[in-house]
Amino acid sequence: MNAALARFVSSRLFWPIVMLLVLFLINVVAFPGFFTITVRDGNLYGSLIDILRNGAPTLIIAVGMTLVIATRGIDLSVGAVCAISGAVACSILLGASDPAHPGTVAVAVLTAIAVGLVCGLWNGFLVSVFGIQPIIATLILMTAGRGIAMLITEGQILTVNSPPFKVLGAGFWFGIPVAVYLGVFVFVIAAVLTRRTALGMLIESVGINPEASRQAGVRARVLLFAVYTFCALCAAVAGLILTANTMAADANNTGLFIELDAILAVVIGGTSLAGGRYSLTGTLIGALVIQTLVTTVYTVGIPPIATMVFKAAVVTVVCLLQSPTTTEAFGSFRKRLALRSGKGVAAA
Amino acid sequence: MTISLAPAPAPSRSPLQRASGGIRGTFTSPKYGPVLVTLILFVAVFVGGGIRYPGFFSGQVLLNLLVDNAYLIVLAVGMTFVILTGGIDLSVGAVVALSTMIAASLLQSGWPAAAVIPLILVATSALGLLVGLMVHHFKVQPFIATLAAMFLARGLCYIISQNSISITDPTFIALGVGRIPLGGGMSITPSVIIALVVVAVAVWVLHRTRFGRTVYALGGSEHSGMLMGLPVARTKVLVYVISGLCSGIAGVLFSLYTLSGYPLTAIGTELDAIAAVVIGGTLLAGGYGFVLGSVLGVLVLGIIQTIISFEGTLSSWWTKIFIGALLLVFIVLQRVLTARRR
Repeated sequence: MNAALARFVSSRLFWPIVMLLVLFLINVVAFPGFFTITVRDGNLYGSLIDILRNGAPTLIIAVGMTLVIATRGIDLSVGAVCAISGAVACSILLGASDPAHPGTVAVAVLTAIAVGLVCGLWNGFLVSVFGIQPIIATLILMTAGRGIAMLITEGQILTVNSPPFKVLGAGFWFGIPVAVYLGVFVFVIAAVLTRRTALGMLIESVGINPEASRQAGVRARVLLFAVYTFCALCAAVAGLILTANTMAADANNTGLFIELDAILAVVIGGTSLAGGRYSLTGTLIGALVIQTLVTTVYTVGIPPIATMVFKAAVVTVVCLLQSPTTTEAFGSFRKRLALRSGKGVAAA
Repeated sequence: MTISLAPAPAPSRSPLQRASGGIRGTFTSPKYGPVLVTLILFVAVFVGGGIRYPGFFSGQVLLNLLVDNAYLIVLAVGMTFVILTGGIDLSVGAVVALSTMIAASLLQSGWPAAAVIPLILVATSALGLLVGLMVHHFKVQPFIATLAAMFLARGLCYIISQNSISITDPTFIALGVGRIPLGGGMSITPSVIIALVVVAVAVWVLHRTRFGRTVYALGGSEHSGMLMGLPVARTKVLVYVISGLCSGIAGVLFSLYTLSGYPLTAIGTELDAIAAVVIGGTLLAGGYGFVLGSVLGVLVLGIIQTIISFEGTLSSWWTKIFIGALLLVFIVLQRVLTARRR
């Protein structure tokens, strides 16, 4: 029992989980009904459900981002890909004679995802074939992508009316929001594909030492293509959820700054931006921390103008707690405690 | 910039072969190649623009690149120091916005410009110091530490004011709209002088001081630097202080340029600065790069903007696509031209 606890304390997930629990605690103190989940019309409602539903797009992108970061890359274009996929879906729905027909919605969704696939192949092409540094390679699509989305929407905010499409963002299935299913689906797909096969290990090896893994026969080029494509696919799905939630495609604001939230979620989850070892569970917790943070701002009643400062404070605290320096300090503190209580060396 | 050719190959080859080998060596060397290619592409774009648009091929267009991008040059200089050590600074855009907000709000409440400007520089350097300490002593990844600083700076902007504040201080206006004639109908602003002084100081520091050598050494290999007894901790913290200081100077220049403070200003400027540094041939992994290359990178971004304004009829979305496309062409050409033939 004690050993298990010690192992948990020293694990990478300890501080993110503590942070999440602290945020929950703050919420409960400020708003006693925080954990209450009510059933209305057979659907679940409550703060926790809101966190899961609103956090789903960030989680989906963060899962894709985790794999990209594990290869020592980064994808800044995910926000722009969100905007593009939303714009594609909405423009198809608007152009169709019957936007409420499930077939039309399926075509719109599949086309949007296909466009996301193309965006991912593009990023993968720049990074793996041309060898451009990932931050710059994806910066190109980040800049141009919003322009492409505006080109599709012709500079307008496209509002659509299609109940089957709305289900993606705001609908329920067996009482649980559809967005949550999508988040779980993407997470499980990524986890099974990379952790039940050798894929995850190969991705990590490319991230740790590209040259060594190339010489060991790992086909880095194919892997890079795969992770950037997967990340863009995730972004396209997240873009569909975001768009379906508001039923409007806004080329300028859909998924704005979501790349920063996703990267933050990955890092809070304990994955290093230097590539290599990654933790999908950590990313899940990181995404929940970020979304809970947003909720906390509302429940505690922090004025909107101070939101950014609050976010900066939380990010700083989490990073400082996770830092090796702090871990070391805690370690020597525990050792001294043990000494003082006589469990350590039988000192005088 | 001086360009030294690679050492001459085996003496048995003819002088012509030797020369071409030397030139190819310069192009493909990680040190000079990208800078040289950027320079050539810049000249090519400038000549191409001159052929396509009447009135493009003038000294004032070239000088306006400096006038309009003085603040970005200073930002890119600070960013170069950070990237040379293998770090990155995402906070610079938000710090520029914060500087404009501090300047505008303090000037509005009657502070003299002579007190406001030093205060801004101290404040932004202090923020840089905090980031540096976080990066070095707590081993927080630079991307994240500076991301937190970005949120903090942007948040402080909102706390100062949510609205745009205009600057009416006579010193700022004089510095902002004043023109220094250069003869031939050409002129520059005082900001350009400040930016060029910053560049000169940075070049001197990087190439003529012990600190500068340590910066390059850290980018090459931090571990080796430590084993050689270089002051790793001090240098690593100092580059973030320098980046903070440069962001402060850039913020002052930006408030001279716009004569207002606005919390939402300069969003995404950090990416412009990073792009400029990378286009200028600095490796994001650290170790290779020049301040003058980064200046060239800023000029490239500037000339892309100039071409768009000369084109005139582009809608806002085509502008974005065009910027992305030109950035792509530049980076791909740079890669192709500097690619080592195996």
